[in-house]
Amino acid sequence: MKPNLTLAVFAAWLSVIPLLQARLNVVATTPDFAAVAKSIGGDLVEITTLARPTEDPHFVDAKPSLILKLNRAEVLLEGGAELEAGWLPSLLAGARNPRIAAGSPGHVVCNQDVPMMETPATLDRSEGDIHARGNPHYMTDPANARIVASHLADVFCRIDPKSAETYRANLKKFLDELAVKMADWHKTLAPYQGRQMVAYHNAWPYFARRFGLKIALFLEPKPGLPPTPTHLAEVIARMKKEQVSVIFVEPYLDRRTAETVARGTGAKVIDVAYLPGGIKGTENDYIKLMDYLVTSVAKALADPAK
Amino acid sequence: MKRSIITSVCTVLCLSGVMSSAQQANQPDQVQELRHQLLQLRETFERAEREHRQQIDALQKQIEALRQSKPQPASTPLQALPEPGAASSIPPTPGIEKQGWSPADPIRIGGGRAYMDIGLVGTFAVGGSTADDIEGGTQLGGHDPNQRGFTIQGVEVNFAGAVDPYFRANANLAYLLDSEGESSFELEEAWMETIALPANLQVRAGQYLTEFGRLNTQHPHSWSFVDVPLVNGRFLGPDGLRNPGMRVSWLAPTPFYSEVFLGVQNSQGETAYSFRNDHEGEPLFGRQVSRGQVNSIGDLLFTPRYAASFDLSDTQTVMAGASAGFGPNGSGADTDTQIYGIDLFWKWKPSNHHGGFPFVAWQTEVMLQRYQAGSTFDGSYETDGDGSYLPEETLTDWGLYSQIAWGLHKNWIAAFRCDYVTRADKADYEYVLGDDPHRLPRWRLSPNLTWFPTEFSKLRLQYNYDDREEIGVDHSVWLQLEMSLGAHAAHKF
Repeated sequence: MKPNLTLAVFAAWLSVIPLLQARLNVVATTPDFAAVAKSIGGDLVEITTLARPTEDPHFVDAKPSLILKLNRAEVLLEGGAELEAGWLPSLLAGARNPRIAAGSPGHVVCNQDVPMMETPATLDRSEGDIHARGNPHYMTDPANARIVASHLADVFCRIDPKSAETYRANLKKFLDELAVKMADWHKTLAPYQGRQMVAYHNAWPYFARRFGLKIALFLEPKPGLPPTPTHLAEVIARMKKEQVSVIFVEPYLDRRTAETVARGTGAKVIDVAYLPGGIKGTENDYIKLMDYLVTSVAKALADPAK
Repeated sequence: MKRSIITSVCTVLCLSGVMSSAQQANQPDQVQELRHQLLQLRETFERAEREHRQQIDALQKQIEALRQSKPQPASTPLQALPEPGAASSIPPTPGIEKQGWSPADPIRIGGGRAYMDIGLVGTFAVGGSTADDIEGGTQLGGHDPNQRGFTIQGVEVNFAGAVDPYFRANANLAYLLDSEGESSFELEEAWMETIALPANLQVRAGQYLTEFGRLNTQHPHSWSFVDVPLVNGRFLGPDGLRNPGMRVSWLAPTPFYSEVFLGVQNSQGETAYSFRNDHEGEPLFGRQVSRGQVNSIGDLLFTPRYAASFDLSDTQTVMAGASAGFGPNGSGADTDTQIYGIDLFWKWKPSNHHGGFPFVAWQTEVMLQRYQAGSTFDGSYETDGDGSYLPEETLTDWGLYSQIAWGLHKNWIAAFRCDYVTRADKADYEYVLGDDPHRLPRWRLSPNLTWFPTEFSKLRLQYNYDDREEIGVDHSVWLQLEMSLGAHAAHKF
């Protein structure tokens, strides 16, 4: 008798758990979508991110634990620009989750309606590892974050209609805050229109375009190729000619190469990240990350090149 | 006079007091009134907002419906929305427009551009060895370097894609040249797999590489070494264990990754090496082997497997598995083979890796084979004995390999592998016919260095130190080149 009773109680408790966990289970491939989703969903969503903020998001290991996360997800947020092409398909193949299969409402392609830059006219790997659907780092432009935020709010409202009001309210709050911040950011960077900067990897065209900066010189000779001494010499020469004083380096890139170039030109290396959490203090907060980027860039550009 | 002034002052004071208290008595009423009005206003506003929201939702649904009914245009960049309150927003420069295809253009197929991903991987090797018997001797793999000189290890074409909302499919065709220059064209894999079945099940059906251990399902171009480990070559055969069949797997509802597999495949053919494989007429373990036939479902090849994985920390992951293969073999009328395997994999990768580097990956597989060899009274082939009786016996062999790969720097990997295979004991037939080179102990050490100019090409230099009992030591050096065209296949962990 006793074992039956405990079993019954246990079974009853198990059946109650799904009711208790009413939060929407959202899995994002990278922390930028996770941060925006958190702003829209608040306490109504439980967000897991597959790529960690400090790692190179092109090369995440398709670990079995990530398959598990996808198996249990109700919503999947992916970039849609092939950044995750090296690892997401293999995870989805084992996920067995119809809710996030391609084409399902729970499979969200975040760059829907986002105007992509640098979509190649032809595909040719002699140009390096170019992305067929355009430069995937579109979240560095807050205008695109607006589009993504609205899209996510639509998705959440569609999948979880009873909380639609809260999602809309959160969206409004996020967009309002973003609008205020955008005005500030434009003001902060206004004096530096047209200034040229150097980046290790071509991840900043959207940011540059939005704020009127030029980031067209890279330490990588072609996307994905490591810096070579010849190329670095060219970069140094151009930096001196055009008075470039700032070098962008992501947390997973080789800072020493950037520092060598900086020493040769009197420029400054600044730590940047396009994923919230890549810089300490910006975890899960898209606006804080953009704030940090704008402030660091402005500060770095304020110092004249030596 | 004084009294009237005092009275009037008092009256005034009282009146003002009464008036003020009356006002104060009024104030709560007014506040109440105001509060009530405010509540009403708020209700009206919220109602209006709700109605507006509903209207907007309805409109959006209409837009969605329209969008779905219209064919999707090729991705053209939309103009960015105007920013309210933005100071100086530069108008967006349109991205390079994708040109429409014209017959003068080549057909370029890449991920997501056609209904199918196509990729080609070509693997070549050049090198030499002190051994005279490279193909099948020092090198046990069908894709291994097979001669002093140049080897086409394989040119593999891979097709993959979603068949429909229910299935995904994958096919691998390989072209090889053996050491004589004979071409072979193999269907390595061609299977379809469910995308999402209920109860966390997944079914794969078709021609597939058996999920036995870790290496057997990996295609040669994703190996960390130029050649197949000795234990895989001896037990699973030169081309690995693969055959037409069907496999069900179940992802268990545990907090850690835990998967159970059960596969059923044909048990005959050269890719069921230790099963009903007739070895092209050559004797195996002293006996002529025949293909036999399938009399019941028990004569098929069954391969159960269990795999689990844990994230030891943010930077370390471990994966362990146990596999088995059961099936008849062609040695006697009713003889079976059982192969058991345990595999372990550990990987460390820091949280700020660049392109996946640096990393350390350690992989070990141990296998044991029990081969029931049939009794035979043989007079049918030439040996130095003439017609000896070989009793039925079970041959137990085992082996293992352990390899460690260290990605030192982006696109550079240094690796080292130890191989060991041996027999549990000398078999009866070996007392009659002599030690069988397929069972004699041997071990191998293989250090190598790999350079990936990009993730699509690779160069690898490997040295093999082979020690085979009764044959001796051999040295081999191989330089491997590989190129990959087309769709970038996602890697399994």
